[in-house]
Amino acid sequence: MTPIPLIAAALIALGTPALAQTRPIVVQSTTSTANSGLYDAILPAFEAETGIDVRVVAVGTGQAIENARNCDGDVLLVHAKPDEEAFVADGYGTSRTDLMYNDFVIVGPADDPAGLAGADAAAALARLAGSGALFASRGDESGTHKAEMALWQAAGIDPSEGSGDWYRETGSGMGATLNAAVGMDAYTLTDRATWVSFANPQSHRIWVEGDPALFNQYGVIPVSPRACPSVHTQEAQTFVDWLVSAEGQAAIAGFEVNGQQLFHPNAPAPS
Amino acid sequence: MQDFGSSFALAFRLVLSGDADLIEIVLLSLRVSLSAAALACAIGLPLGALIAVARFRGREALIVVLNALMGLPPVVVGLVVYLQLSRAGPLGFLGLLYTPTAMILAQTILIAPIVAALSRQVLQDMHGEYDEQFRSLALTRGRAVRALLWDARFALVTVALAGFGRAVAEVGAVIIVGGNIDHLTRVMTTAIALETSQGDLSMALALGIVLMVLALGVNAVVQTVQLSAARRSHG
Repeated sequence: MTPIPLIAAALIALGTPALAQTRPIVVQSTTSTANSGLYDAILPAFEAETGIDVRVVAVGTGQAIENARNCDGDVLLVHAKPDEEAFVADGYGTSRTDLMYNDFVIVGPADDPAGLAGADAAAALARLAGSGALFASRGDESGTHKAEMALWQAAGIDPSEGSGDWYRETGSGMGATLNAAVGMDAYTLTDRATWVSFANPQSHRIWVEGDPALFNQYGVIPVSPRACPSVHTQEAQTFVDWLVSAEGQAAIAGFEVNGQQLFHPNAPAPS
Repeated sequence: MQDFGSSFALAFRLVLSGDADLIEIVLLSLRVSLSAAALACAIGLPLGALIAVARFRGREALIVVLNALMGLPPVVVGLVVYLQLSRAGPLGFLGLLYTPTAMILAQTILIAPIVAALSRQVLQDMHGEYDEQFRSLALTRGRAVRALLWDARFALVTVALAGFGRAVAEVGAVIIVGGNIDHLTRVMTTAIALETSQGDLSMALALGIVLMVLALGVNAVVQTVQLSAARRSHG
């Protein structure tokens, strides 16, 4: 018997615990996915299957991208496609994949003082701007804030002229902005996931929804080991592969709050 | 508001049920903030004592700066520590970002000036009373510092509690360097911020009540120890 199989066997024996002891990954994530409870719902299955500990840091998309550029994350999961593509183009991410979508909605006071009911997004914002009703903006470079700015632009309105008056920039997360909107009877733009799982809506309700302009796409990107040698590439890739797999996509589709599906998986079928 | 009533009931239920997540968060809060208070004392007390007894040029200016640093904004401390510990920062190789260690570090920086500035004042006042005695005994500066720290120990415990109180109550620094990661770096204040952002205001308030009770408990324990020690030393 040659020593080589013995050595190989020894290496495998030694190597197995090392393989089993996978390294944790940090996911720099947008708040809507974390605050709605999506991760709590889908991560246990992934962690049980792979033994990879997934640590979620939930911040606005702008901050998440900035943190990932500083190499402080292994995976980026956000919703601002142009910024995500720039992140990859600049060499910080290996590749971007569509993961899932939902939509934005405009919520506001129960009596709809600006009369937004039934309007599409651009018409609603145009009505709002002249109505004297208040609008609470994230004002924090988050994915939702960027989507909101694009909607104002499409409506041909520069809301910054009303800043501090009817246009209130909270500079805070979605939840804090919703609390502020509810507190001052203002309209605001929110992703549907955060809205449905938000526990303090009081009498606010959805007034504008269903416009294709309100589409909200989430993407996922493993941070590149070339830009960031410290990333746990293998574990990050395992996580992304799982998210876009049939199993991961089914887990996302199966996540419901109050009987409502909050995220619709749309990752391209793995080739 | 009905929120207060329901929050008290909720806080009560949370504590009585021994909710595992809550216990984990409470223990991490205590671990981080007590460690930070201990480290801040290790740095701040000798520093405060030294400034209290030493006479040197620029001493008055140093005291003004030290007192001003008591007002360090937690979020700025968090940001500065983040920039150091980030993988892109000078200490990134340590891999400390998003760990309890990073949170202890940030809170230590936040409260060490409080401990130093308050102890400086306490010890300086006492030094004024003892100065003649020290001189007649021809004590070296080192021994004078030690004598002062020992004699002021009860007042200094209150100084340490002020530091702990600031640490356990702040959210700005720990949420940046800790990341509020579930089962890893989530403490009471970041959990309260999270519940608030999810609109669960009664849960946020309930956690706030638990935090207040926790601070009360720490202070009560320290006070009890302090009183019995004082009784022994005077009796």
